[in-house]
Amino acid sequence: MSIRPLLAVAVAGLAVLAILLLNKREQLRDAVSPLAAIAMFAIVASMAPTVLAGGTVDLRLFEILPGIDFAFRVDALGMVFATVSSLLWIVASIYSIGYMRHLNEHAQTRFFACFAASLAAAAGGAFAANLFTLVIFYEVLSLVTYPLVYHHEDEEGWTGSRKYLVYLMGASKSVLLAALALTYHIAGSLDFVAGGLLAGVDASAPLLTVVYFCYLFGFAKAAVMPMHAWLPAAMVAPTPVSALLHAVAVVKMGVFCVLRVVFHVFGAGLVGGLGLGIATAYVVSFTILMASIYALTRDDLKARLAYSTVSQLSYIVLGAVLLSPVAMVGGIIHIAAHAFSKITLFFCAGSIYCASGKRNISDMAGIGRRLPWTMGAFFVGSLSMIGVPPTAGFISKWYLALGSVEAGEIPFLIVLLVSSVLNAAYFLPVSYVAFFGTEAQECPATVREIPMLTIPLVATAILSVAMGIFPDYFLALAERVVR
Amino acid sequence: MAIPLLSLIVFTPAVGAAALMFIRNDDVVRWMALGVTVLDFALCIAMLGGFDTSTHEMQFTETRPWVPALGITYALGIDGISAPFVFLTALLGWICVLASWVAIDRKVKEFMVSLLAMQALMLGVFCALDLFLFYVFWEAMLIPMYVIIGVWGGDGRVYAAFKFFLYTLAGSLMFLIGVIVLYFHGGETFDIRTLMAQDLPFQVQSWLFFAFLIAFAVKVPMVPVHTWLPDAHVQAPTAGSIILAAVLLKMGAYGFLRFSLPMLPEATVHYSTLMLVLSAVAIVYGGLLALAQDDLKKLVAYSSISHMGLVTLGIFTLNLRGLEGGILQMFNHGVTTGALFLSVGLIYERTHTRSIADYGGLMKAAPVYTAFLALFTLSSMALPGTSSFVGELLVLSAAFAANLAVGAAAVLGALLGAAYLLGMYRKVALGPASIGMRFKIRDVNAREIAAILPLAVFVLWIGLYPKPFLEIIDASVKHLLAQVHGKGGAQ
Repeated sequence: MSIRPLLAVAVAGLAVLAILLLNKREQLRDAVSPLAAIAMFAIVASMAPTVLAGGTVDLRLFEILPGIDFAFRVDALGMVFATVSSLLWIVASIYSIGYMRHLNEHAQTRFFACFAASLAAAAGGAFAANLFTLVIFYEVLSLVTYPLVYHHEDEEGWTGSRKYLVYLMGASKSVLLAALALTYHIAGSLDFVAGGLLAGVDASAPLLTVVYFCYLFGFAKAAVMPMHAWLPAAMVAPTPVSALLHAVAVVKMGVFCVLRVVFHVFGAGLVGGLGLGIATAYVVSFTILMASIYALTRDDLKARLAYSTVSQLSYIVLGAVLLSPVAMVGGIIHIAAHAFSKITLFFCAGSIYCASGKRNISDMAGIGRRLPWTMGAFFVGSLSMIGVPPTAGFISKWYLALGSVEAGEIPFLIVLLVSSVLNAAYFLPVSYVAFFGTEAQECPATVREIPMLTIPLVATAILSVAMGIFPDYFLALAERVVR
Repeated sequence: MAIPLLSLIVFTPAVGAAALMFIRNDDVVRWMALGVTVLDFALCIAMLGGFDTSTHEMQFTETRPWVPALGITYALGIDGISAPFVFLTALLGWICVLASWVAIDRKVKEFMVSLLAMQALMLGVFCALDLFLFYVFWEAMLIPMYVIIGVWGGDGRVYAAFKFFLYTLAGSLMFLIGVIVLYFHGGETFDIRTLMAQDLPFQVQSWLFFAFLIAFAVKVPMVPVHTWLPDAHVQAPTAGSIILAAVLLKMGAYGFLRFSLPMLPEATVHYSTLMLVLSAVAIVYGGLLALAQDDLKKLVAYSSISHMGLVTLGIFTLNLRGLEGGILQMFNHGVTTGALFLSVGLIYERTHTRSIADYGGLMKAAPVYTAFLALFTLSSMALPGTSSFVGELLVLSAAFAANLAVGAAAVLGALLGAAYLLGMYRKVALGPASIGMRFKIRDVNAREIAAILPLAVFVLWIGLYPKPFLEIIDASVKHLLAQVHGKGGAQ
């Protein structure tokens, strides 16, 4: 028993209160988020040694129903998610302040309060010991991010946020609810169990198959097609939201839930035994390729990044369902690799927007000469997305590719390679246009780097490379999950 | 002899009502009504404090002869199934008084008298252990409710009150016939505990089951005898809607639990599939109707039909999770829907419109109010973490155990619930402020928060820590299951 998992959630929860109370005192209010982020990261880090050594940190708060507790259990998989989201919150909180102040955005208190609440929910989900606790935080995350999506309160904001809520709530109040009720009915519990809660239960294969797909599509945050359309719609949010939430916390919550279901509700044995692994692999392969093709056609930089995220999330699921240990490791560390790189790319998109007001790639010709740091970081992030050594994306793609070979599933190796080509095809032109494009009008001299935005994005670009060179921490955690 | 606690609980509001008749000043009337209901609530807390959760036996029993020639006694007592509803009724008593504080501005005394009389009779229904006494309370309840809707209601109040009266009276007549048949076949007694122990022939059970079904189905209400409900809700004053939704609707389900299941176990088991199908129809049909509403009160009223379908669904799965979930959901529905009607009432007092299309951007004008509205909307759609989710999960898992198709229909109802509730909240609270809403809207004041906050506490408390509530009902539900399956054959 240790209260540290609860503490990690509570730090962000208290930050929400502090932000609301300091509504009128901007300087103090804005200091709350970075401080809470550092505190949360410290708490998460303090649990890392235990988890790396093979232990767990448990906190059982109370019983909800027979077989269902409100409980936390910090294990290796949760640690991956929590480390990534709490570490990136530190960077993102500084970036957010710079972004919101530069654009002189309205409703900043609401923005920062909801932002902190999202992180509380992400930490709670990462440390949840069972499906019930996980789903509570999952839903809280949907709710507290909703005001962030409609932040601008214009026509576009209301439409986009409506789609956001319809997809996420629609999926969770239909198929996810059915999956939970059926699981509780079949197993009498909703706990995560090493090797699978449902392994060895007395239930028919068709029923289990239905439950499995209810989970896969019920966790719509994982954005497996056709449940992906909310993610591009959510891009109406301010860019820091797109960066930390819709590239890290929210979407990773989705794939994290799917991974939990594969590893700890069904278990690799049952998923393989029912032939669900390969079926899922085909579903997500379609998503990987299709989303990349969509991304190619988007001129709006954030939309292109959003479709890229849809595609990359399915890499993570693909790794898990290939069921070979190496592929699973690849999937799990891709949570971190994608997070570091994609947040960099979104930060860059926000930096470009703040500096020049530009959103479309076709308007960005030559902007790299005015924003060298931003576009340099963008290039690094792109390389990582494509999977070029020595970046983080290379490590995870390497494991994924090796894993498909190990699993004897060559079609998915081809999917990975084709997708990498597509990644290059939609990312590299951005850098090319920015650095070598010639524009009709010279970029005005007022377009220049904004330090409060540039420093965070350079930091995450460095993280993307650092993880490629020193992947040990995440590799060790991933191997703990698979073992 | 110990203090007759239940009699005190039942008759405190009645005595209060009688005393109020002699008071002229409206403010004194309001404060006295509040005092009486708060006292009654305190007595209920004391009752729960002494409640023994380890037994299914009736507790706090009182028995006095009344009409010995016919075997009628004055008998009160509660078990784990009735205790939550005694508590709920007493809780909503003072909330209703607060909700009517300024909303009722004419004939205040008469209104409060009706409200207190209503409360006494409702408490009597949940405490009665004698069938005749139960019937007296059950029937008498119609009168104050008729008056509350018919006198203090909206423009169509007379039609609505009359429709309400006719429907429930028709149901009650079937119940009366059932009571008489039960009396003669059950050994000429009205004692509910004795009647539960009788082993009636299947033929008799079947007839009684359908007589009771008609009576209780009107109250729940189940499709197709639900049409009185939207009219009554729309016309009733806020307090009337709260009582209707939170307590009166529970009486139908309580009737099933108290009479149909234990007294007619073989018929219950035999017709359980029919009941599951009827419940599933109510869940989906009620949800579809709610989806089509523009009137806030109608929307909540139709959602009640859907949610009460989930309750009867849980009950007639006839397994532990279903029954516990059903009863928990009855309580949750009382709290949540009561709170929703209260919320609608509060905003109606300010704007005098219930049309969703007239609203928009309320969040800016009344942030505290919309925060409460959000909580109750989410609870009504059973978001994980709120009370209804615990009940819904129990009922759904029981429904899947009983019948996969019925379970799937119930899930469809949940999806519809999310659609109409979130749609309503989005249109009312978010978006640009609509033309009609541009004038200044006052946020909730202290009195209004005092009325609404306790309900919010219950929503979150049961959502995260339902154990104390489940403990209260647990022993009685297990006993009820034994009664059903013990006499009704294998599971």
